[in-house]
Amino acid sequence: METLIQATGEAIRLLFRFDAELRGILALTLQVTGGALFLAVLLGVPVGAWMGLRNRVPLAGCLLPLIYTGMGLPPVVVGLFVYLFLSNQGILGDLRWLFTPRAMILAQTIIALPLVIGLTLTAVQAVDPAVRLQVQSLGATRWQLTWAVLSEARQGMLAAIVAAFGSIISEVGAVMLVGGNIEGQTRVLTTAIVLETRKGNFALALALGIILLSLAFITNWALYRWQGVKR
Amino acid sequence: MNASYHLEEITHWYGERQVLSVAQLQIRSGEILALVGPSGAGKSTLLRLLNFLEWPTGGRLYFGDHLVTPALSLEQKRRVVGVFQRPGLLHRSVVANIGYGVQLRGRVPDPSLLQQWLDRLGLGPLAQQAAAKLSAGEGQRVALARALIIQPDVLLLDEPTANLDPYNVGLIEQIVREEQAQRKMTVVWVTHDLFQARRVAHRVALMVGGQIVEVGEREAFFNRPQSEVAAAFLRGELVYG
Ligand SMILES: Nc1ncnc2c1ncn2[C@@H]1O[C@H](COP(=O)(O)OP(=O)(O)O)[C@@H](O)[C@H]1O
Ligand SMILES: [Mg+2]
Repeated sequence: METLIQATGEAIRLLFRFDAELRGILALTLQVTGGALFLAVLLGVPVGAWMGLRNRVPLAGCLLPLIYTGMGLPPVVVGLFVYLFLSNQGILGDLRWLFTPRAMILAQTIIALPLVIGLTLTAVQAVDPAVRLQVQSLGATRWQLTWAVLSEARQGMLAAIVAAFGSIISEVGAVMLVGGNIEGQTRVLTTAIVLETRKGNFALALALGIILLSLAFITNWALYRWQGVKR
Repeated sequence: MNASYHLEEITHWYGERQVLSVAQLQIRSGEILALVGPSGAGKSTLLRLLNFLEWPTGGRLYFGDHLVTPALSLEQKRRVVGVFQRPGLLHRSVVANIGYGVQLRGRVPDPSLLQQWLDRLGLGPLAQQAAAKLSAGEGQRVALARALIIQPDVLLLDEPTANLDPYNVGLIEQIVREEQAQRKMTVVWVTHDLFQARRVAHRVALMVGGQIVEVGEREAFFNRPQSEVAAAFLRGELVYG
């Protein structure tokens, strides 16, 4: 208990000092999370929307279970595969991406992608068939119908983005493997927390944890507000 | 243009099942045709064909002079609008819903016209409210205003008052009849309520098992049914088709 109180006090002091190391970790976390989220949304939303809009998804019998499995994929396994592909013997070894932020973004994108596809697909399919029928009956072109259905699914699609953000920013296993947690280069909030806790620097770990939580809260709050305005 | 629609040997199949087989049917321009029949008879399916939402498996469907195919022009398609049992409102405000069909046609809805329709359907105070929060009757009134504001040549109604209270039923019947009388639009009104058919229709068609078994002027249809099936239906003995 005492450690916790002490650590909290120390954490607050660290937060106010906000030194270069902390800033570096935070900046890299934002870069990796933002990059992976951007890519996952860029690829996942169109694919999920396309699948949701089709009455019959090609290969639905194996594609859908595959996506649903992907939504619950153990990140560390993804990390392992990305590691193997990017290592010197791997087929992508020539890229020299291993232990760089790029490798981390790649792994995070792969982890978040099924989540974005699956939840977007579900959101689009959940749009009331009566709305589709009515929009068509009112004389919508194919594109107008597509746009109407997507805009009806916007809340669910936002949930997909929120879920992807959450899974990326809280992920630790995969980025640890492919990034290597190198100080000043590939250290992000989650991997730093693991390291500092192991070293017994509970105050620093706690300060990092508070930043991580605040970051998640602020982002979700902003998304929630934005959605509230759109409604 | 004398006939609004003309159907010849129309068949419609869902997979292995035939749900429509209409040898011949004329829908006259500027009439209200009530389409009645037991549940599962194929009334909604026929309406979807008339709305160009599906294409007949076989036979010929004419809309005016146009043979209806998937290549039918958007301009022709947009002359026809349907209102269905469930209003299918968008997650937008009431007024945005009413203007939606106009917007689809690439125009900005005229505010004074919107206001007119809001007032006419008693929706004035609800204009800015989210459509998702409306009662069933209010929602269906919005759906009707949204359809009528674009001044369609044909209005297709698929049991729009099925779940509504008498006040809303009366209001919707009144507005449709006023608009129809004023603009001479063609109305095909599917209803399971024979009293409603009698109140609103010029002619009545009875559909059973995917076939049109009897068509007649309103009074003739109700007072002197020609077929035994129609007589049985009017006695209330035919519930499933
Ligand atoms: N999309 C569809 N796929 C397969 N069967 C359908 C479809 N729509 C309607 N049916 C079937 O076609 C028949 C006629 O249905 P419908 O036109 O809805 O009848 P009604 O409106 O007269 O009650 C019913 O047996 C129904 O089960
Ligand atoms: Mg029906």
